[in-house]
Amino acid sequence: MNDSPILELRGVSKAFGAVQALYEVDFHVAAGEVMALVGDNGAGKSTLIKCIAGIYSSDSGEILYNGEPVSIHGPKDAAKLGIEVVYQDLALADNLDVVQNMFLGREETTSLRRLDEVDMERRAKETLQTLSVTTIRSVRQTVAGLSGGQRQSVAVAKAVMWNSKVVILDEPTAALGVAQTRQVLDLVRRLGEQGLAVVLVSHNLHDVFEVSDSVTVLRLGQNVAEFKTKETNQTEVVEAITAGKLSKIPGQPAAEVVV
Amino acid sequence: MSTQPAPIETSDATPATAVPGDETIGEYARRWWAGLRAGELGSLPIVVGLVIIAIVFQSQNNQFLTAGNFVNLIVQMAAITTIAMGIVFILLLGEIDLSVGYVSGVAGVIAALLLIPDGNQVPTLVGIGAALVAGAAIGVLHGLIITKVGVPSFVVTLAGLLGWNGVVLLLIGNRGTVIIQNNTVIGFANDFLSPATAWIMLAAALALYAGVLLLARRARAKAGLPAQPDLLLALRVVGLGVVGAIVVYVANQDRGIPYVFLVLMGAYIVWTYVLNRTRFGRHVYAVGGNAEAARRAGISVDQVRIACFAICSFMAALGGIILASRLRSVDTNAGGGSILLYSIAAAVIGGTSLFGGRGHIKSAVLGALVIASIDNGLGLLGLSSGTKFVVTGLVLLAAVTIDSLSRRRQERAGRA
Repeated sequence: MNDSPILELRGVSKAFGAVQALYEVDFHVAAGEVMALVGDNGAGKSTLIKCIAGIYSSDSGEILYNGEPVSIHGPKDAAKLGIEVVYQDLALADNLDVVQNMFLGREETTSLRRLDEVDMERRAKETLQTLSVTTIRSVRQTVAGLSGGQRQSVAVAKAVMWNSKVVILDEPTAALGVAQTRQVLDLVRRLGEQGLAVVLVSHNLHDVFEVSDSVTVLRLGQNVAEFKTKETNQTEVVEAITAGKLSKIPGQPAAEVVV
Repeated sequence: MSTQPAPIETSDATPATAVPGDETIGEYARRWWAGLRAGELGSLPIVVGLVIIAIVFQSQNNQFLTAGNFVNLIVQMAAITTIAMGIVFILLLGEIDLSVGYVSGVAGVIAALLLIPDGNQVPTLVGIGAALVAGAAIGVLHGLIITKVGVPSFVVTLAGLLGWNGVVLLLIGNRGTVIIQNNTVIGFANDFLSPATAWIMLAAALALYAGVLLLARRARAKAGLPAQPDLLLALRVVGLGVVGAIVVYVANQDRGIPYVFLVLMGAYIVWTYVLNRTRFGRHVYAVGGNAEAARRAGISVDQVRIACFAICSFMAALGGIILASRLRSVDTNAGGGSILLYSIAAAVIGGTSLFGGRGHIKSAVLGALVIASIDNGLGLLGLSSGTKFVVTGLVLLAAVTIDSLSRRRQERAGRA
């Protein structure tokens, strides 16, 4: 694992009207690292990843990519940097097959604007093979016929096939059974082993402890703790999630906080 | 019924991780049969339905299966087929266009008026072109209101149904009926290819089809992907050849292949290519299947929608010109009557889903063939319009029921 972060956020804040969703959040992830992002409902996990993905722009603070400050104003900027997000609802079109979904919006064409089906099918297969996704019988099968775990695999494969460096997974195991959760967690670990920076947003501490290298805890929009997974335990993380020390009490100006 | 998801019928699928190898024809047939049992009926119900229609009507009236009636049928189904092809694009989005009937009327009237030989007439191609451009422009207008203002397509095109009917009446004015005297326009539906030309065109079409299949197969083999068995390719070409030969032979016994048949073939090839082989077509399916996924993939959903409405109205305009050609005139009733409902019914009977994302151009052709056959057959039996509508309605209901049942079966088999 390389210790210098590929993606780093410094003092990122974001408010929606009177609601301070993020307050001076620091966050970082390195290549080959699986960084878990945990926190209770409303802690700001989704807002944070949407700031990284360019869906929201932060009010203040900076985002560094490979140590260089960058500005991300839309999903396309994020994609250009090699940041891909797999959202909880996966955004797959049920009526299209696996290849068609993986290349959606970025189809390859040959002469006469003809789709290059052969090359797309070959590349889709290659990507699935690199990720050791063996449960999908045919890449020409419509996504509607796939199980939850298989769909998650397709969504992840779709995200990593574009030379991505950072992959953000939003609750990838939330709706899955035991066996399928196992598939997806294996896949998450392989992504890290292949040198990608992985941000895993999850509620499930069991999953987090199984695959992550580090854990960042958000509470009420603030970064309250960061652990190396090996040097901590569930009790300590739960304590941070529910009672982590805040630098600013929500609803009050920072200056008035008495610690 | 198998509980594990099996590969779908139309693809050349083997497990993604298996060593690529070509399927044998036996494996292919087994897979097709398994798909059929799991509810993937494809075009089978329509083909069966057509056979039943032919048997029933022939047993009632021996004029039904004659060369002359066959040629009539081609001319009668041409306008509905053309309009239904446009409807397929709209249904694929999960939208609806109720205005196609009178849009076709507007186009027919524009062409007819511009080509009246009163000394001010325009060249034939300009007249036809103007009608088609007007159609496309109407579609763009509908699309802009639907996407940019956010009015549901049902309402916009319902307003269009009324509004364009009004435009037809205004354009015709107090003329009542405009007789078409332009020979080119009349020729679409009333002139016929010479027998030799028809055979040459069939041979050319077959060669093209075989060439496309072979090139695709070679490209797959070169990339190490599994390809369809040679025998299946051969069967496809031979199958098309046999059907084509029957069509040409039978038509040549009578007046021959009408020119409008070439228009249908051209439209079929172009739109099938656009839907299945271009990025635009892929995006149409994606928008219909999951608009949010399409948006996140960077597809301009609004542009796709506007383009589809433009294509639909363009095809309606082409249908309107064909209809005017067949009737040799346009009147205040142009684009009215059963045209709208027959066109939408044709697309649906042919297997295009009303809920978006599923359907093909061929469903327009097959569905229109069913509807035109019923219309034609009941006409031969001397039955009234009332009976025609009741029977066509029942067929539409049956088609949608079969579709729903087969989809439920697919869902249970984990395929839908």
